[in-house]
Amino acid sequence: MIARRWQYLLFAIWVVALISTPLWAGNYVIRLATTIAMASALTLSWNFIGGFTGYPSFATAAFFGLGSYVGALSQIAGVPMVLAWIAATLFVGLFTAALGGIILRLRGHYFAIGSIGIVEVLRLVIASWGSLTGGGDGLNVPFLSGGPDAIARTFLAAMIAIMLCVFAITLVVDRGRLGFGLRCIQQNEDAADMLGVNTTLYKVAAFTLSAMFCGTVGAAYASWTGYIDPNESFSIIMTIKVPVMCLLGGAGTVFGPVVGAAAFTLLEEFFWINFLDYNRAILGGVIVILIFFLPGGLLQLPYRELFARSPWRPPQDKPAI
Amino acid sequence: MSATAPILELDAVSKSFGGIEALRRVSFTLQEGRIAALIGPNGAGKTTLVNLITGVQRATGGHISFRGQDVTRQRPHQAARRGLARTFQIVQPFPRMSVIENVAAGALFAGAHSGVAEAMAFAREQLEFAGLSEFADRPASALTLAGRKRLELAKSLAMQPRLLLLDEVNSGLNSSEIDGALALIRKIADRGITIVVIEHVMKVIFSLAERVLVLHHGELIADGAPDAIAGDVRVIEAYLGEKFARRARSVANA
Amino acid sequence: MAYLQIVVNGIVLGALYTCLAVGFSLVWGVLNVINMLHGSLIILGGYVTFFAWHSFGISPLVALPGVALLLFVIGYLTQFFVINRVVTQPVLTTLTLTFGLDLILYNFMTVYYTATPRRVTLDFGVIGIGGIVMPVDRLLAMALALLLTGLLYLILRGSRIGRAIVAVRMDRDAARLMGIRVQRIYAVTFGLGALMAGAAGAVFALVYPITTNLTGTFLGKAFVVCVIGGLGSVEGALIGGLVLGVVESVAGQLVGPQHALTVGFALMLILLLVKPTGLTGIRGYE
Repeated sequence: MIARRWQYLLFAIWVVALISTPLWAGNYVIRLATTIAMASALTLSWNFIGGFTGYPSFATAAFFGLGSYVGALSQIAGVPMVLAWIAATLFVGLFTAALGGIILRLRGHYFAIGSIGIVEVLRLVIASWGSLTGGGDGLNVPFLSGGPDAIARTFLAAMIAIMLCVFAITLVVDRGRLGFGLRCIQQNEDAADMLGVNTTLYKVAAFTLSAMFCGTVGAAYASWTGYIDPNESFSIIMTIKVPVMCLLGGAGTVFGPVVGAAAFTLLEEFFWINFLDYNRAILGGVIVILIFFLPGGLLQLPYRELFARSPWRPPQDKPAI
Repeated sequence: MSATAPILELDAVSKSFGGIEALRRVSFTLQEGRIAALIGPNGAGKTTLVNLITGVQRATGGHISFRGQDVTRQRPHQAARRGLARTFQIVQPFPRMSVIENVAAGALFAGAHSGVAEAMAFAREQLEFAGLSEFADRPASALTLAGRKRLELAKSLAMQPRLLLLDEVNSGLNSSEIDGALALIRKIADRGITIVVIEHVMKVIFSLAERVLVLHHGELIADGAPDAIAGDVRVIEAYLGEKFARRARSVANA
Repeated sequence: MAYLQIVVNGIVLGALYTCLAVGFSLVWGVLNVINMLHGSLIILGGYVTFFAWHSFGISPLVALPGVALLLFVIGYLTQFFVINRVVTQPVLTTLTLTFGLDLILYNFMTVYYTATPRRVTLDFGVIGIGGIVMPVDRLLAMALALLLTGLLYLILRGSRIGRAIVAVRMDRDAARLMGIRVQRIYAVTFGLGALMAGAAGAVFALVYPITTNLTGTFLGKAFVVCVIGGLGSVEGALIGGLVLGVVESVAGQLVGPQHALTVGFALMLILLLVKPTGLTGIRGYE
């Protein structure tokens, strides 16, 4: 395990690499870097509810989609771009805080299903509310002025900024009371409750954190592409990819989401370029391999618990405690 | 009569599940700083009573007061913050956290400690008190059963409780382990914490408790000093059945 | 009279939904696995049936057992060699795995069959009873759906393997102690789930155009039926399916067909919060 100091250094180098792409690469690479930053932000967000708290949320697309529509509609109404993003963030945050109290009463499978249900209901509502949202035809968002180069750089910076923001919050949460409490909830929710953790409050906080910046990313994405529609904004594929990216890197850790998002995005891009027709199948294959073979990954954890052959057991000759 | 205020008051507390009455109008008052025992045959309602006191379940009748406050409708985390701690019969640590982190959790969330570092420092003290210092950084899942029971105790101490409910803390322990546990419980009482032990092991009850409450079919059938309880006919009947009770009565009358 | 037609439409639809969802419900209830492959398996069954009819002139009724068997084998092997490894894992793991497998299946189907809608067109005309009109092929589909569901019910109730499956659903460890080879039962159950999915697809192909774009829709329906009716039982799937069918039919009339889907999902969400175990009250694991 690399020492923390080095992890920070590597992360800093990675961020510099991403943000410096306009200096040494063409628009394609800049675009890729922006996508990686976007994926990292989404994955870091999911990490709060899925990694720290252990609640398998598939609601990322709901927050992303909601944010993209709020952002787009604000911009169409004349609100300046960055303010529109902030509005989207706040709206999604409030929406999730209100919803959280209800949906977080579910656990495990039921919570997972409920979270997918949110995505579906929101998508269908947006798609049906044609008068407001343009329905299935989608919405056109006013383009940013300036040539393609300036636009590419602006959005690269924006996505990286959002990623760094969520990363900073992750650090604070990880070290502080909230993170401690969330970990307790993940490992034994009832015991945490009995110990004085206000589980409802903490869960809602984690869920809201997991949502807010997905809204920001959604709004920024809408501004970037200039067009959104319900199927793309509330995509089930995206909502499942995000937890997979987090699992790939290491859920519940600080750097795991960043590593996972980068690795997954690069792999995906590689397969898309080289195997267009079969890219989904290969992605599926990667997921299957991830579940089975990732060293130190998912399959190994429970075995350790099942066999309890922990290296930490006190040796037999010590008096029993 | 002691001048100390009662720390816990139960007034006609009842609990029913559907048609079944688990507890029927249980009333008693506990003074601060004492050790009491709550005993009764299996199914008498002891754990239900503890659940009601700590907010895990809600009473369907009656009132519960803790240090003068009505806590009948409190939620578990509120009970913890108020100074009501309990241990579990089946110990439930946080398996992937270290021993010291487990204890620090108690200090952080129920105790008066606001920061993680502070809580960890306080946790170290509690570990020493409980004799677990050498295991501080090992995962909680690696402890033996006796070790886990000590961890439960250390965790509840870190919560800085005023009242500590120990639910069958000695089940599964052998004789020497029980002696160790008893010593520890006495040390806790010396700190001024009121303790209620829920127990089956007679040795524990007789050596620790100043007062014994006996529950049977959800009713409080006896309440007094250990010797008095041991001879109480109703208690004998509850545990051993009518035949023995009659014999005990005839012996007493002879 | 119009209302009755709507309700009858709903019941016919509901029977199809039941058949569609019962395999999914079984796998979820017994293995505790949310099978993201389910939608694709339905489509696969539909495609195989279609091509048997289209290219070889085999009547769907004759093809049905073959399709069922094929899908059973696929399901059994998938479970035995792949999913069995992770079956005790938390929901995120199993769901992600089945999702990954689904991506593979979906991709191959799209490439091989293309997404052009296919439908088996058997024209038997229309029946009218007391003012209610129903195309005969729909009735046939409904009858088949109910027949298959009934057969599954009998298997679960009557056969040794069926009882073993129910035992595993109730208490896996106790079942193991009784000598039941749980890994085998898992594979059989998944196989049955795949079988029912394929059969449902075959039945659907009789009345609706089948395309790979529908995999998500079918999966979504299966979810909703499970939540409404309860997990792991045929009765749950029956209740859930019929309720969903009628609700969609009525909602389609009241608010328009495009909103009917929303109503279904909203109903599911509400039920999740109010009574997650569904109308029959059978729990899944948490």
